[in-house]
Amino acid sequence: MTTPVLEARDVTMRFGGLTAVRSVDFTVNAGEIVGLIGPNGAGKTTFFNCLTGLYVPTEGTVSYKGTVLPPKPHLVTQAGIARTFQNIRLFANMTVLENVLVGRHTRTKEGLWSALLRGPGFKKAERASEERAMELLEFIGLAHKRDHLARNLPYGEQRKLEIARALASEPGLLLLDEPTAGMNPQETRATEELVFAIRDKGVAVLLIEHDMRFVFNLSDRVAVLVQGEKLVEGTSDVVQADERVIAAYLGEPFEGDPGQAEAAEVEAAEAAAGAAADAPGTASSTKGEAQ
Amino acid sequence: MTETTKKTPAPDAVPTPTPAPRGLIPLPAAAARALLLAGGVATAASAFLAWTWTAEFPGNLTINGYPGGLQWLTFTAGVLTALFALASYGIRGLGWLLPARNNAPLVLTALGGFAVTWFTVIAISAELGGVVNLEPGGWIAAIASLLPLLGAFALPQEKTGTDGTKAALKAYIAKPDRIPAAQLGNGWVQRAAITIVTIIGLAVFTYGIDTEYGELFVGYLFVVTFAMWALHTAGLLDRFSQLIAGNRSFTLAMGFAAAIAFPFTQTDDHYANIGVNILIFGTVALGLNIVVGLAGLLDLGYVAFLGVGAYTAALVSGSEFSTISGVHLPFWASALAGAAASLVFGVLIGAPTLRLRGDYLAIVTLGFGEIFRIAVNNMDGDSGPDVTNGPNGIANIPDLNLLGFNFGQPHDIGGFTLGRFANYYLLMVLIMAIVVLVYTRAADSRIGRSWIAIREDETAATAMGINGFRVKLVAFALGAALAGLAGTVSAHVTYSVVPTPYQFAGSTPPNSAFLLAAVVLGGMGTVAGPLLGAALLYLLPEKLVFLQDKSLLAFGIALILLMRFRPEGIIANRRRQLEFHETGQLDVPKQTTLTDEPAVTKAGA
Repeated sequence: MTTPVLEARDVTMRFGGLTAVRSVDFTVNAGEIVGLIGPNGAGKTTFFNCLTGLYVPTEGTVSYKGTVLPPKPHLVTQAGIARTFQNIRLFANMTVLENVLVGRHTRTKEGLWSALLRGPGFKKAERASEERAMELLEFIGLAHKRDHLARNLPYGEQRKLEIARALASEPGLLLLDEPTAGMNPQETRATEELVFAIRDKGVAVLLIEHDMRFVFNLSDRVAVLVQGEKLVEGTSDVVQADERVIAAYLGEPFEGDPGQAEAAEVEAAEAAAGAAADAPGTASSTKGEAQ
Repeated sequence: MTETTKKTPAPDAVPTPTPAPRGLIPLPAAAARALLLAGGVATAASAFLAWTWTAEFPGNLTINGYPGGLQWLTFTAGVLTALFALASYGIRGLGWLLPARNNAPLVLTALGGFAVTWFTVIAISAELGGVVNLEPGGWIAAIASLLPLLGAFALPQEKTGTDGTKAALKAYIAKPDRIPAAQLGNGWVQRAAITIVTIIGLAVFTYGIDTEYGELFVGYLFVVTFAMWALHTAGLLDRFSQLIAGNRSFTLAMGFAAAIAFPFTQTDDHYANIGVNILIFGTVALGLNIVVGLAGLLDLGYVAFLGVGAYTAALVSGSEFSTISGVHLPFWASALAGAAASLVFGVLIGAPTLRLRGDYLAIVTLGFGEIFRIAVNNMDGDSGPDVTNGPNGIANIPDLNLLGFNFGQPHDIGGFTLGRFANYYLLMVLIMAIVVLVYTRAADSRIGRSWIAIREDETAATAMGINGFRVKLVAFALGAALAGLAGTVSAHVTYSVVPTPYQFAGSTPPNSAFLLAAVVLGGMGTVAGPLLGAALLYLLPEKLVFLQDKSLLAFGIALILLMRFRPEGIIANRRRQLEFHETGQLDVPKQTTLTDEPAVTKAGA
């Protein structure tokens, strides 16, 4: 077993009476791509926010490479976990390069005095930051747009830029919240390549996604979150074959239903589920349609 | 649209009435142009006639053969109109005035001439009681200034279609989408151009400060506004900012040279007093710009930091009214003490409040600003410890003495006499230089980027590893320290410090509302913007005495209009301009031709 990069233990998040995430245990190992799926409202993003310190979990701890993380977003990033957002949150009125430079914040030290005095150290650090940022822009293929405002980029490039900005903090683990939302198949495919390339750089990736093909193609492991609880975790095959997962997406028959018509439907659904369990391939396509 | 659809089916049919673009006033284009030129010359010439019979109207407009007061402004506007008209003829040597060959600058200069002339004529009639007070010269001027306007609106206009008069009028003063690329010449030519513009700028600015009566200042505002607008639509301002971008440090040096030259052009120390007050106001506004413009923290109690600096300097100035009398620090020490005290207050106020966002922060800073004033008002030994002498304040603050140079005495330098305020003015220029340096350097650095990131999206910024609270506190404290620094000089300039000016809103600057207005009006996130805003906001109540208690109302209206039509402020930061005006086109960020080295575009102003 490799060393876990991320280890969430018994994470619970309650908002008043609502339990959004219920004692989830979760690990990501070095060099892994892990997918996190679940129906809408299952608590995936809440769980992400717990991991990155945007929310303070009601119970449980999150540790990175063995050290427990303080629930402060900037300290989490400092430690080595970077993230993107479900709705793109770039600094819209900053240039592409500036966005990535902001991502370098935790890996540079120059404070106000250094900026005011402009010693040789300051210039060196600025140049190094810029070089590093340009490398990243080349990596995602946006180097030629360095001086464009982020707001003027097309949607797909904004997503990419957000990833580059996150990578600029030199993370050991990258959290991607729906990286392909709103993308066409070509763009999704390109993103897939990009995620693999990021993994090859030695960064573990945890992603939330609704595009099942994308998730199952990429992920070494997939975890399913339903109503705040982790339902299944395993390889693509295991997850795709799991009846509970199918039920969570498609709904399951409930007992004690008095209606005749409903009863007939339940029977049909059960038959379908049985067939799906026999042939995993069919099940995945059924889930694909559930989007 | 309709025209094209009409045309396509039958191209060989009867000629459709699309053709030659024409103006609102039906006149041949050549006649319109000639009218503009002749009208411009006539307007300029009419300034040499007597407009009224009595010298009761300020500026003495009674002399035939020599313009006076407002007539000079009419003359200037007429000359400008004529120049643009000549340039529109394509006269060699004037082509640079109209790079896009568009009509908007002609229309606007004509409007400027019309506005200032008719304003004068109406002001004469109103103040002296009736049009009977106009000499024939006045009538001639009024008619002469109408001519270029007629010519301007007779000029052919491509866009006057069927969209109605409003759209047509808009098209007349619209800036063309494309200005032909500039040939900026070599380095020396560029520097010469910047120098000339700086000298003209200094002359224009000095004229504005030296206007002796309200009418002249209003006329000045008319001419300057329309002239600047004309230059903007001609594309010359864009061209000049290209020039500046290529010669940034030279422009900065010229700017400061012009600022230093200002007191030498003044014979009356009163105007140097206005100058020093504008500088103090502008410096504080620039400090506020760090807090508001860069970090996006709305601070409504900012003037309190100016107050802290001023009171600190007053306490250690050696004034006999100071409660720690006997202490007399040299200026450098009291300046540092003032800045440090402000910084401490900034941190003390910022630490609890900066955890709030947006509106909450604004309300809390407003509260703290008022707490400062009320506390200072009460620390008189009766209702609190005796620190500030309460409403009486600390009077008799001695003049500064730096290395044997007494700021209270007039000095002769190279034939020019520098009065007391001129001395302080020069000191303030130095302080402003420091503040400008601090602002630009801080903005273009890691910390400056994190301020902007916080302003753009605080959640994303913290997720990028920025300690939001700490970075905001630094911005707050730095802004406070700069205001405190300006406050130390202001204490000496005004001889005494009292609590009253340090309030949220009042009819004279500096107060928090005015400071914020200066930043917003001038242009957030720029260096020149808040300085220009401060100059305007200081000069308006100073010059327009007749507005008196209505000045706040006038400002309110002016601010609303500005926010409606130019929300990014008079001087726009590129970022904000794009934010407020969806141009539909991608920003093309660089004109690589104009810099020698592959310029690194940086964040900030």
